[in-house]
Amino acid sequence: MLPLLGVAIVVLGFAARINPLLVVMGAAIVSGLAGGLDLTGVLSAFGKAFNENRYISVVWLILPAIGALERAGLQQRVRELIAGLRAMTVFRLLTLYFLIRQGGAALGFASLGSAATLVRPLVAPMAEATAEARLGPLPKQVSEQIRAQAAATDNVAVFFGEDIFVAIGSILLIKGFLEQNRIIVEPLQLSVWAIPTAVMAFAVHASRLYFFDRQLSRQAGVPGKKKARA
Amino acid sequence: MIGLGTVYVLAGAVFAAVAVLSASDRSNPKRWANGSFWGLFAVSFLLGDRLGNLGNGVLVLMMVVIVGVRGLGLGRPATTSEDQRRVLSREFGNRLFLAALTIPGITLLGSFALKVIIIGGEPLFDPGQTTLISFALSAVVAVFVARIGFRQPVIAALQEGRRLIDMVGWAALLPQMLAALGAVFALAGVGNAVGSLAAQAIPMDSRFAAVAAYTVGMALFTAIMGNAFAAFPVMTAGIGLPLIVMKFGGNPAIMSAIGMLSGFCGTLTTPMAANFNLVPPALLGLEDRYAVIKAQIPTAIVVLLVNTVLMYALVFRF
Repeated sequence: MLPLLGVAIVVLGFAARINPLLVVMGAAIVSGLAGGLDLTGVLSAFGKAFNENRYISVVWLILPAIGALERAGLQQRVRELIAGLRAMTVFRLLTLYFLIRQGGAALGFASLGSAATLVRPLVAPMAEATAEARLGPLPKQVSEQIRAQAAATDNVAVFFGEDIFVAIGSILLIKGFLEQNRIIVEPLQLSVWAIPTAVMAFAVHASRLYFFDRQLSRQAGVPGKKKARA
Repeated sequence: MIGLGTVYVLAGAVFAAVAVLSASDRSNPKRWANGSFWGLFAVSFLLGDRLGNLGNGVLVLMMVVIVGVRGLGLGRPATTSEDQRRVLSREFGNRLFLAALTIPGITLLGSFALKVIIIGGEPLFDPGQTTLISFALSAVVAVFVARIGFRQPVIAALQEGRRLIDMVGWAALLPQMLAALGAVFALAGVGNAVGSLAAQAIPMDSRFAAVAAYTVGMALFTAIMGNAFAAFPVMTAGIGLPLIVMKFGGNPAIMSAIGMLSGFCGTLTTPMAANFNLVPPALLGLEDRYAVIKAQIPTAIVVLLVNTVLMYALVFRF
């Protein structure tokens, strides 16, 4: 049970909002020591895995390109484009984006987008501009909520879409694990059973977006109504 | 053959440029901290395979110490103002929008097209890594599109890249560190300890209790580990196979598919899944580090309940 100390450090560290890099390093050292490694052993194991996982950080390679396009006015263009669509609402925009992103993930294109390539340059400014076009200038707190909701929509759509694709990592992991336990399943058998959850996740998140949008209108609408009455 | 190594050299070069630009930014009081942090990131990409395991471990430790002791500052390279950007956006129009879409476009095309380029009987690009290679390619192409189409010098692109990576700050290192933590946890036997704990703690003498223990267990364990892939083998070996499949005769394909998706509900709620949950708030400049998690938790809880009901309704029927 001693290695679980590392888990405890992670939970407490995040709860206490200590810098996560320190928390992770501390948890690794404690868990490793409790698991019978010495300090150099822990550092070596950590360094080896860190080096093998460099591909995770390749995503930052895109930032100069995104930044250069933003410097040339990308976000302003995106805002104007979307503000011109009178019928657009935050609910409709993010629901439409959910469908595109979930559908794309189901066809195997989950890794085409990310917070850096889609949400920051395109989806978040679109959502903000849509709200502004209808409700006027937004308080900082509200515009942060909208941006957070754009990122959340991206995550939920991908998470509950990608498993419909037969060659995604999680499906292959399941197949391999069951095979080790002498249960043979075809990837298609697995991905088909991801569909009910995918449909329900869309229904759940779309309804939440609907109420989120109504709440936005209410927040902005209350002073408007007062003005009309006066 | 062009493979991950080439991509790492490119990433190393970009981080090295960011490090030099950071260190020479006098407006940032912590310019040496930023310079050495991004510089060490560059070293990892350029020389990681030659440093040895302990060397890499010491490198990470140094990066963590820089953040812990000094903290990173925010570089503020000169950029265009909001008004200038509005003028530029009118001039360039929807071409800007198209340029942004070339990034996923090239990644998509390249992930297929690079596989079929064969020179002298050998594939030119590592067939297993074409998505990552095309992604790097799209990053380079987009910088040149900005140079040629929108008059943005390459050095300005690097400075803008530095502005954005400084916004992300230490969180840029977190996803990779968490992956390494997962490896150390596995080595120390954390997964098995949690799994045996879960199997002991929960009485599972009814079908519904077994299903609920499995789905909720997947979500909780995933939230702790930050990754459903780490939770799946442990929970499925501990609860799923012995109870749902062996004892109650459930369908293993349905159980596994919905079980994995229950794990994903846990992923939506945890700071341990940093690349999904902590990096976006940093990139979007949100004050609340947990804003995206807060936006996701209600969906995660409802979908987890739905998954539990779905599994109970389907797994014993097919």
